[in-house]
Amino acid sequence: MGGWAIAVHGGAGIDPNLPTEKQEEAKLLLTRCLNLGISALRSNLPAIDVVELVVRELETDPLFNSGRGSALSENGTVEMEASIMDGPKRRCGAVSGLTTVKNPISLARLVMDKSPHSYLAFSGAEAFARQQGVELVENEYFITEENKGMLKLAKEANSILFDYRVPIAGLESCTAVAAAVDSPLQMNGLPISIYAPETVGCVVVDSQGRCAAATSTGGLMNKMSGRIGDSPLIGSGTYACNLCGVSCTGEGEAIIRGTLARDVAAVMEYKGLGLQAAVDYVIKERLDEGQAGLIAVSKDGEVACGFNTNGMFRGCATQDGFMEVGIWN
Amino acid sequence: MGWAIALHGGAGDIPLSIPPERRLPREAALRHCLHVGVEALKAQNHPLDVVELVVRELENHPNFNAGRGSVLTTSGTVEMEACIMDGKTKKCGAVSGVTTVVNAISLARLVMEKTPHIYLAFDGAEAFAREQGVALMDSSYFITSENVERLKQAKEANRVQLDYTQPLSKDEKKQTLTADGDSQIGTVGCVAVDQHGNLATATSTGGFVNKMVGRIGDTPIIGAGTYANNLCAVSATGKGEAIIRGTIARDVAALMEFKGLSLEEAAAYVVEAAPAGTVGLVAVSATGEVTMPFNSTGMFRACATEDGLSEIGIWHSSQN
Repeated sequence: MGGWAIAVHGGAGIDPNLPTEKQEEAKLLLTRCLNLGISALRSNLPAIDVVELVVRELETDPLFNSGRGSALSENGTVEMEASIMDGPKRRCGAVSGLTTVKNPISLARLVMDKSPHSYLAFSGAEAFARQQGVELVENEYFITEENKGMLKLAKEANSILFDYRVPIAGLESCTAVAAAVDSPLQMNGLPISIYAPETVGCVVVDSQGRCAAATSTGGLMNKMSGRIGDSPLIGSGTYACNLCGVSCTGEGEAIIRGTLARDVAAVMEYKGLGLQAAVDYVIKERLDEGQAGLIAVSKDGEVACGFNTNGMFRGCATQDGFMEVGIWN
Repeated sequence: MGWAIALHGGAGDIPLSIPPERRLPREAALRHCLHVGVEALKAQNHPLDVVELVVRELENHPNFNAGRGSVLTTSGTVEMEACIMDGKTKKCGAVSGVTTVVNAISLARLVMEKTPHIYLAFDGAEAFAREQGVALMDSSYFITSENVERLKQAKEANRVQLDYTQPLSKDEKKQTLTADGDSQIGTVGCVAVDQHGNLATATSTGGFVNKMVGRIGDTPIIGAGTYANNLCAVSATGKGEAIIRGTIARDVAALMEFKGLSLEEAAAYVVEAAPAGTVGLVAVSATGEVTMPFNSTGMFRACATEDGLSEIGIWHSSQN
């Protein structure tokens, strides 16, 4: 038994022109979340409680794309989703289409603990939230000025690139699109500066070797209303079993096709690879053209991360004193 | 090598004593749908088109829990979900919370082909359906009198079971399981491979009786109820929560890919590892093998291969 370990992420794929003060802000937040998790682990909280606690903190801070600060749908509203999984019995809970729940990850936990189901969405999930008495806020609470501006830019860029009803012509007439075409850094066809990839997640193994994973997001900027991404899907964005815990971020559709989170565990289980080798294998072999990243911990107290993007907001720590917060490759 | 097809109409606690008036129409429907699929494969249709076609037929049949004949939520409404995936490209589409779309599987196909996303749900999925001009019907089209009765029975039996604040006693659980006896947790699905090794899978469901509004099961989740790659195509059925937890459909493929198991070995391993009574699946491999294991009492199923195998079954082979 290797003691506890924790990793957090704030999304893979980063605008290379991200201002330095924003980078510092992100590092501070990641450090604060790590410390919160470390204290909880030292107090012997089980892994499942620690991942929930840390993701709540990330949701509550407006910096990343989850909870407050979530990316906006094409209607200018916020539709959040989250999932959580407890390794020992592979219990799991997920939610999608939340518009008023302050901390989606905690509702996912309640779906796991207090409902006969694994996954509730949209009005049914909101009704469950009211019934459970979780903290609710107006949709405006989640919407930041910065994201309003990003949605506007995304709409300009997207009106041609993303709208399947409009043939791709006259690309040069749109400045945002011109920028997109010029920029080598795109995710899901969007220039990275307006893509808002900053899904959040946390994976933990506690000192008893129990793994857990949690992921939360506002989804894709300018997404169609009703769009579900990888974050709430067990096996895609989130997975935990008795071997490891995994949380993914990046292009949702590529992560879903690659069943990325489950595959880290599956190559450990069926191919006998170690944690870091499994993470590397999955990033290399299971993403095709897609761009994504992930964090993972093993029951033996190892921690690993991997990404094929230019960077990933991430931090990790282990019981033997290792601690690291990073952004770039 | 050669084409192969398998389809299912749900796995669960199907009593051996199921009366002929319940059994015969389902067997006839399985036979009909198998015929439709086989003819389409013989006519060189792409497996993606074949699985969509066959699942549409199953959705249209009121005796299966998908499309018309979907079971009802606790509010007495229908909320359907479906998922389709192409093996070679791993392109996929899924929908949940659909209430007026006659063929949910075709909407999933449209999500795959006409949107930048994979998965649309509830109002957004309905809005997309209207925009795409697919066939829509009032909810009364989907609701059968049999399912109204089923919900009533489930509510009586389930009152305590679904109220998680109270412990569940054994007797009540028993009562729930025998309340109706067939298709309570049913789902429909089809997998197909052509002689070129192109693979596809499709799954569609109404969920389960008396489910909470907004509940999503395993069917629309890639890797859980539905998965295809260049090795195999899988469609699972049974208890959604167990299938999600076990990432059942992906695991069949993962065992072939990472452990080198055959289709039959991989599928058997996955089904045996799941809790008894929770999982069934149909699967085909790129080389034209077919397998249909389940660990429940029964599974409505059918399959055929190019070299002449053709089978329709409900219970384990010795019991059929």
